[in-house]
Amino acid sequence: MKLDSKVPGGPIEEKWDRHRFDMKLVSPANKRKFEIIVVGTGLAGASAAATLAELGYHVKNFCFQDSPRRAHSISAQGGINAAKNYPNDGDSIYRLFYDTVKGGDFRSREANVYRLAQVSNNIIDQCVAQGVPFAREYGGMLANRSFGGAQVSRTFYARGQTGQQLLLGAYGALNRQIAAGKIEMHTRTEMIDLVVINGKARGIVVRDLITGKLERHVGHAVVLATGGYSPVFYLSTNAMNCNVNAAYRAYKRGAAFANPCFTQIHPTCIPVHGDRQSKLTLMSESLRNDGRIWVPKKVGETREPNDIPEEERDYYLERKYPSFGNLAPRDVSSRAALEVCREGRGVNGGNAVYLDFRDAIQRLGKETIKARYGNLFDMYQRITDENPYEVPMRIYPAPHYTMGGLWVDYNLMSTIPGLHVLGEANFSDHGANRLGASALMQGLADGYFVIPYTIGHYLASTSLEDVDTSHPAFAEAEASAVDRLKKLLAVGGTRSSDEFHKKLGRIMWDYVGLSRSKEGLEKALKLIPELREEFWEDVRVPGGLNEFNQALEKANRVADFLEFAELMAYDALDRDESCGAHLRVEHQSDEGEAVRNDEEYSYVAAWEFKGVGVKPELHKEPLEFEYVKLATRSYK
Amino acid sequence: MDLKLKIWRQKGPEDKGGFVTYEVKDVHPDQSFLEMLDDLNVRLIHEGEDPIAFDHDCREGICGMCSLVLNGRPHGPWDETTTCQLHMRAYKDGDTITIEPFRAKAFPVVKDLVVDRSAMDRVLQAGGYISVATGNPQDANTIPVSKDDAERAMDASACIGCGACIASCPNASAMLFVAAKVSHLALLPQGQPERMIRVDKMVAQMDAEGFGACTNHTECEAVCPKGISIDFIAMLNREITRSKLSGVS
Repeated sequence: MKLDSKVPGGPIEEKWDRHRFDMKLVSPANKRKFEIIVVGTGLAGASAAATLAELGYHVKNFCFQDSPRRAHSISAQGGINAAKNYPNDGDSIYRLFYDTVKGGDFRSREANVYRLAQVSNNIIDQCVAQGVPFAREYGGMLANRSFGGAQVSRTFYARGQTGQQLLLGAYGALNRQIAAGKIEMHTRTEMIDLVVINGKARGIVVRDLITGKLERHVGHAVVLATGGYSPVFYLSTNAMNCNVNAAYRAYKRGAAFANPCFTQIHPTCIPVHGDRQSKLTLMSESLRNDGRIWVPKKVGETREPNDIPEEERDYYLERKYPSFGNLAPRDVSSRAALEVCREGRGVNGGNAVYLDFRDAIQRLGKETIKARYGNLFDMYQRITDENPYEVPMRIYPAPHYTMGGLWVDYNLMSTIPGLHVLGEANFSDHGANRLGASALMQGLADGYFVIPYTIGHYLASTSLEDVDTSHPAFAEAEASAVDRLKKLLAVGGTRSSDEFHKKLGRIMWDYVGLSRSKEGLEKALKLIPELREEFWEDVRVPGGLNEFNQALEKANRVADFLEFAELMAYDALDRDESCGAHLRVEHQSDEGEAVRNDEEYSYVAAWEFKGVGVKPELHKEPLEFEYVKLATRSYK
Repeated sequence: MDLKLKIWRQKGPEDKGGFVTYEVKDVHPDQSFLEMLDDLNVRLIHEGEDPIAFDHDCREGICGMCSLVLNGRPHGPWDETTTCQLHMRAYKDGDTITIEPFRAKAFPVVKDLVVDRSAMDRVLQAGGYISVATGNPQDANTIPVSKDDAERAMDASACIGCGACIASCPNASAMLFVAAKVSHLALLPQGQPERMIRVDKMVAQMDAEGFGACTNHTECEAVCPKGISIDFIAMLNREITRSKLSGVS
């Protein structure tokens, strides 16, 4: 396997413009001869499908939800970054680029990140033109707020539901093309396998979730925009049906998987309340604009939070990081919370810290706080039965986003020619830690402004033979999918796949979670295959193949997580340094900060599948930093 | 707490379906309603029975996937709350809860509590968007929008497309759903060029899908998990009239 990042030459400011000129074009008359398969309808998938169809390509788009509008991008709350510099506070494309590379702890590819910052402004223009109701100032101009990891206000938002509003914009564009007959939309349809013919991605095998029947779809290129894999931890902020299947099947067909151990644990989530819980709820990071995070100074504190006097509170983020304070990046904030809880200073000695709005309410009034965060406060109250206007919120870190994903080059193409990967499903822009309000930006950048150019170049410069779904590769992929699904139904054990998923989540949280050690990871590498074996001996999947069968869908996803989890552990074990969200306990400063090892680990770890239960092969893409000087990240 | 659940079971669209009663024990008040159903499904799998099919995904009240009618009310007893955000402290020991799918002519049952809501997608495909291709539109701040208009548009655009409004309506009318999208775009300057044709096409599709007419029961507003006001239905009616008078249709 050869990793060629295909980063164009020239100064970083000119790379994308030059590349756009150098890339080949497909003439309008020829575009309609090409069929492109897009899997996923989140921000990346919907924007890509709509834009490719607008250009004249014939697009087939797939999602497992009952409507493309329900993809998990919809859950994003806080906002989307762009370097507009509307507040005149010193922002620029270069600063957004710099902040993102630094925020990612120098484990991302500079050229990709620069391009992301460059197109960020087009995204806001595009979304406003679509009618996205962003927050406004009284004069009618767009409002901005600040977010973690930045000292400028560059985040655009639509109340606490920026994700839904952006997705509805992209879904509108998608609907317009569906109505025009340019997109063939397949809802409640899940990708089961990738079909590779003569070394190129040429189609997919899917399962119609209503009838349970398998179908074959052929295309000239395949685009995966299938999101992240946080539910490998079982409890996460992701939707229940988010899964790694599509990306993992592509990996098994030869696509390299990059940096799988880079998983973001978000600092502001509602703490776990019991062992019968199915999901964790995120409280937007925007709350950290006005909320102050603290724990009691003393171990064994039992008083109610409002009875603890000021001098006995430790506002630990403000203390440790005076210049960023409560807006320190996510990985830094999460680790700090873990540390104070380990010291026994969490709420009632447990795993929670306070997020307190008392001072903000005194300063700004309850009405202002309500206008800013009302829906989040209501959500908190519904879940916890506590009133955050009166009692500080309790929060704790939870798995939220995965920076790792399928390896892609500058053109967003994986190591399988023709297979392109967008959004959270790829690894490209966030390094070892993603800054807040950057996921929406990346999904839309990839879908609206990158793939429409780069896929044309691929199609125009590649000779693609005529194939159809009768090709033996389709038959093989379908047969292996049927075989696997039938196997799941045939085990006939005693436990539901949920029970295995919970157990896997526990292993991952304990040993491949917020902090990792050599011994822990080695233990995980022993426990995961054992659990996988147990699963295939004792899982019980009721119902049949050719019917609507949610238990089978779930089991099929858990089965892949049980293989994928091992890949994460291998990657975390290989990376014998701390960086961003990846903290190896062996490598931290006295203050618990991540200590990188740039000499040995300044690379993208791209893993090649070698068989289930077999150690994958590591390939390294060296990272060079020409513009942002490698330095210890400091938010002090 | 211990509860009695009367759950609608239906093998498929052709099956007649009916209620089956299940007793659940030791339900924790901090569990969400769907977590309670998860536990029941694990039990059914252990007992070799077919688990109950129900739609759900984000479990934080935004994706619009969950679609249960609890004791006759879509999304259950709490105001402005989806089923996934409803917690079991809403109930007390010994309660009986009837669980049904969203019912409407335009929402055929797929299985048990899962329905097909693709009719709503088709209404939006008919015109629920601004026709702008990806490219190089003007700078975002060259389209000023007054704060009030932006807030009102956002009030409407908060719709999550769950269909509770339709399930609650005696006529299975989709007026609140359609009103939310029409109003969102009609309130913004970007939505003006297609204002007449948009409402016209969307209402025609709404009728074609078999949704009923609005006769002002206002049940829709009462159950909407995002608190969308029926003021927007009044606005939709004005938009329809405006379109008719303009001679577009």
